[in-house]
Amino acid sequence: MSTSTSQRQTPSKMTPQAIAIWGGIAVVGAVCWTVLALHRGEDVSALWVLFAALSSYAIAYRFYSRFIAYRVLGVDNTRATPAERLGNGFDYEVTDRRVLFGHHFAAIAGAGPLVGPVLAAQMGYLPGTIWIIVGVIFAGAVQDSVVLFFSMRRNGKSLGQMVREEIGVVGGIAALIAVFAIMIIILAVLALVVVNALAESPWGVFSIALTIPIALFMGFYLRYLRPGRVMEVTAIGVVLLLLAIVGGGYVDQTGLGETLTLSPEILTVALIVYGFVASILPVWMLLTPRDYLSTFMKIGVILLLAVGLVIAAPVLENQAVTDFGLDGDGPVFAGKIFPFVFITIACGALSGFHALIASGTTPKMVAKESHVRMIGYGGMLMESFVAISALIAASVIDQGLYFAINSPAGSTGGTPQAAAEFITTLGFTISPADLTAAAQSIEEESLISRTGGAPTLAFGISSIFTQAFGGGLAAFWYHFAIMFEALFILTAVDAGTRVGRFMLQDTIGNLWPRYADISWKPASWSASAVVVAAWGYMLYVGVTDPLGGINQLFPLFGISNQLLAAIALTLCVSLMLKHGKLKWVWVPGIPLAWDLITTMTASWQKVFSDNPLIGYFEQRSAYKAAVDEGELLPPATDMDQMQQIITNSTVNGVLQALFALLTLIVVLSAIPVWVRAVRSGGLPTTEAPHEPSHIVAPADFFATAEEKAAVREHEASQRDLAGSGGRR
Amino acid sequence: MRATLLRAGRGIRWYLREATGETKWDDYLERCRGEGVQPVSRRAYERHRAEHKENNPQSRCC
Repeated sequence: MSTSTSQRQTPSKMTPQAIAIWGGIAVVGAVCWTVLALHRGEDVSALWVLFAALSSYAIAYRFYSRFIAYRVLGVDNTRATPAERLGNGFDYEVTDRRVLFGHHFAAIAGAGPLVGPVLAAQMGYLPGTIWIIVGVIFAGAVQDSVVLFFSMRRNGKSLGQMVREEIGVVGGIAALIAVFAIMIIILAVLALVVVNALAESPWGVFSIALTIPIALFMGFYLRYLRPGRVMEVTAIGVVLLLLAIVGGGYVDQTGLGETLTLSPEILTVALIVYGFVASILPVWMLLTPRDYLSTFMKIGVILLLAVGLVIAAPVLENQAVTDFGLDGDGPVFAGKIFPFVFITIACGALSGFHALIASGTTPKMVAKESHVRMIGYGGMLMESFVAISALIAASVIDQGLYFAINSPAGSTGGTPQAAAEFITTLGFTISPADLTAAAQSIEEESLISRTGGAPTLAFGISSIFTQAFGGGLAAFWYHFAIMFEALFILTAVDAGTRVGRFMLQDTIGNLWPRYADISWKPASWSASAVVVAAWGYMLYVGVTDPLGGINQLFPLFGISNQLLAAIALTLCVSLMLKHGKLKWVWVPGIPLAWDLITTMTASWQKVFSDNPLIGYFEQRSAYKAAVDEGELLPPATDMDQMQQIITNSTVNGVLQALFALLTLIVVLSAIPVWVRAVRSGGLPTTEAPHEPSHIVAPADFFATAEEKAAVREHEASQRDLAGSGGRR
Repeated sequence: MRATLLRAGRGIRWYLREATGETKWDDYLERCRGEGVQPVSRRAYERHRAEHKENNPQSRCC
């Protein structure tokens, strides 16, 4: 087999064995989906969901991603990637495809795919399952791989840059503002999840607080003691981390327990101070070492969860579709399945934020163009799997308990007695004693109104692990899961603050060049302070909201993430048309249309709905009217809370309208480009010209025999060249 | 059996060393040898990498 044909990697005919295997996978998938569709009111095993997902992913990866890579995008292995052409040993560097897959996955997957599905479980397990699986196959993974491809063809340009150069200045500015504002909301909501998970939980606070000295120790170790020995220091760090979780269990018995029982307000202040300090410290001290820890924890827990699920094979307690989904009056968040399931579950199905990563570091490290498929599409499938696992974890716990944990404190009243009564009004039963027992089983003071998704997920993970591995370690597993989520949310907050600071310095630098100097302390400190203040304010709004912060802010988070996806998909459609690929434009076009329909409907409802539970401004006028009458509306207990609700709903409503408007500006400014591109059959773009590639590497996760032979042949020829004194 | 385990172990070690960036130092030494340049100390090299990370933050998604 000659190198040139193996370089081309054109799809070959399937062998009879392959047809049999893929036929088998298709049958498994079809059976699982049928069971999920037909079973009603009986015990449904979680494994049906798990295997419906896995077989769908396998088929989508094998066929649809291949079609996208080779037919739609036209990946060309004879073309050198930016990593090969511009390699500098730092950001541009040829990276093994499996290693880059790990890097990319660690960068895209965080708390999002864990939190969204947990909240969406109030609508039943089926809407979430369908959206996560169908959404990732036709929208999320498509967006990630197409953006990665186009950015790679432009030497790793960022999303904002590409929008400005390929669509226009107006669209570019709108995209830039949208990216910045959306990032602030995402940071605030992630921080809110941490605050809600740690409030009144001395065990959680103790172990999370210890991650700071552990990370500092690792940072100094790598800087001064043994530079570069990441693996050994990470091993030490993980051991210390586990000890910190175990140690947390004893905190309550010491005097420290009282001190570490913190209110949400104090935690908010602590987090804001921490966020500012962390963002101005050098990265080697805190951010880099904590990133190693959180990545290892992330991969470890996901693998453990997959194994645990298969061993425990839990039964779903959740209904397939609940009345809350149909009527839109759920306590966790208000709104019907359409459009709210599609914005509550963003990460895991379609996440606009990924477009920032697929147009950031990853495209500069891709070794061969064909790797776009496994890294972009494959990486997102893996995140979707995380989301499915989270959905299962939330659906296996008792549903009375689920609603007791996730309903805002204004509804549950905060005590076991009141919460049990409230749960009865929802149509579920759980006794006050059971609520207390559930909290005691994981050694927490209370589980009532621990909103934000993390405590629910941790409780679900803890019961799955206890079922699978035995040992009566429920409390340890619960805090292990909390630690794992809080750890990478804090990493995301650190990194996001820093990225936001650079964006701000860069933008202001256009008007005042000195401000863009990243080593100039007054600029970097003030820009950090502005970013922290922005998300800190939104976090404070969420924490103190009498209506429940998650209830109020999570829709804003989901919608903004999906609006970012609309901007990214608009760019994809524009580039397809400019490259003259009208025939294939439906590949990013259909997800764009669907995303615009769902997010614009959701935005419209959040702004204009006359139901005060959904529409921010209607909520504002309802409370305003009551204040004018001198009356109190529940759950507010005094006039200050009434004023707070009025302010918060105004802020949320204005932001909501702003995000939708910015996205519409980007989409509308792209339409003239589309028309011109279609009329002339294509337009010039900023794609880098073709340069021949000299790297030989397999295309997929596992190398075929032919690919191995081609790599060997290539390596031998390189050695011959080196031996005869010539270098390439 | 033993051989398979050994191979798997080596594979995992290779993957972790690559993923954590430990092998970057080895690659650097290799490059220096190829170009006939005197490499800097590991401490200096890792500081240079940290400096680069400082100025090129990568966002972590949700």
